[in-house]
Amino acid sequence: MDLELMMNSFPKLLNAAVITLKLLSVSLIIGLFIGLFFAILRLNKNIFINRFAYGYSYVFRGTPLLVQIFIIYFGLGQIEYLRSTVLWIILKEPYWCAIIAFALNTGAYTSEILRSAFQTIKPGIIEAGKSLGISNKLIFYKIQIPIAIRQSLPAYGNEIILMMKGTSLASTVTIMDLTGVAKYIISTTFKPIEVFIVAGGIYLFMTFIIHNVIKFLEKKYSFN
Amino acid sequence: MELLAFGDTGWGDELFRATLMTIAVSITAMIIGFSFAAIFTPLKLSKYKSLNLIANIYTTVIRGVPELLVIYLFFFGGSGAIMFVASMFGYNEYIEINAFVTGSFAIGIISGAYSTEVFRGAIQSIDQGQFEAAKVLGFNKFKQFYKIILPQMLRLAIPNLSNVWQITLKDTSLISVTGLVEIMRQSYIAAGSTRDPLFFYSFAAVLYLLLTFVSMKLINRLEVKYSRGH
Repeated sequence: MDLELMMNSFPKLLNAAVITLKLLSVSLIIGLFIGLFFAILRLNKNIFINRFAYGYSYVFRGTPLLVQIFIIYFGLGQIEYLRSTVLWIILKEPYWCAIIAFALNTGAYTSEILRSAFQTIKPGIIEAGKSLGISNKLIFYKIQIPIAIRQSLPAYGNEIILMMKGTSLASTVTIMDLTGVAKYIISTTFKPIEVFIVAGGIYLFMTFIIHNVIKFLEKKYSFN
Repeated sequence: MELLAFGDTGWGDELFRATLMTIAVSITAMIIGFSFAAIFTPLKLSKYKSLNLIANIYTTVIRGVPELLVIYLFFFGGSGAIMFVASMFGYNEYIEINAFVTGSFAIGIISGAYSTEVFRGAIQSIDQGQFEAAKVLGFNKFKQFYKIILPQMLRLAIPNLSNVWQITLKDTSLISVTGLVEIMRQSYIAAGSTRDPLFFYSFAAVLYLLLTFVSMKLINRLEVKYSRGH
């Protein structure tokens, strides 16, 4: 066991963890909006809109995240037309390509989580709102959404942790996140176990924090 | 379409073989995962705190650390670890383990952690009376498990195991970083040599969708078979 290497690589890995957290938080925020949007589409009675939203979540949940990143990073650059538009400023950056892929991926899972949360809201609650003369719009924003968020907290907490692990794939498109730096140190020192312990420890610590924050929120917003 | 032709002109046969490789790695990893689950599920359910702890460390670490990091650990550390064990038996030559073994093992350990949780949940939700009844009937431990607990456990576990299968299938795409020629790696090679990444990665996505779709259909059949009488 090379303790010196572990001590030396710790600050480097910790710096890289900041990039992991940035990737995670930005994609989660964008993904939450995407998820909410598609969850609402799924509740729509129009069969085409409904099918479209289902197709989106099916494709993104049925294919590996790695394929999604590669299509966006390597694939989209191939389209000549895209290169001439403003979008290219974003799409030529591996950082943004990774975020787009993560956001679309987590959006698909989030839409499923929120959809099932919306569907489990008791009709009586909505009817109660209606009989109090509250408008449909207000019922949706002030009653359905808060209840759905509370319902979906445990599942969404799992999704955050899965997504945090997912951000490690950013290292395949040259981003030096926690896994990227860990791989770099392993391939230069050939000490995989030491580096794994330190990098894995940082990941576990982040998992632990996320897990507890979600638990705290669940308690705070519980109905009882 | 000529890009997908079979033979020397297209990538059809290569991608077909790569798909078979993905299926082979997934099944091997799943089986390795089941063997890990067979060891760790009893530890999780044991009444000894120290055995619980060992099993909890396994599932917590594997489920809290990215799959890619685990794969790197095995890829860079796998042959070193085997050479270390071999050197204890006096064998000092260089040993290289192939990418298939490393990859299936890495994915298998990950899949095993998920399977362990699934089996634990399934056993815990079997009615306590079933265990007692098995004991009262005078079955020995082995028979209790195989005749009474296992069939009920399987019925409860299959829906969740199908999730584990999906996760495992998708995780195999990560082994492409070790150079094993499965769907992702073959698409990478084809995309590089034809300069058409959009087509090949999209085709890879279609192949994965096809695999998940077909396997879901098959698992649904199993589910029906095991829930007879319920």
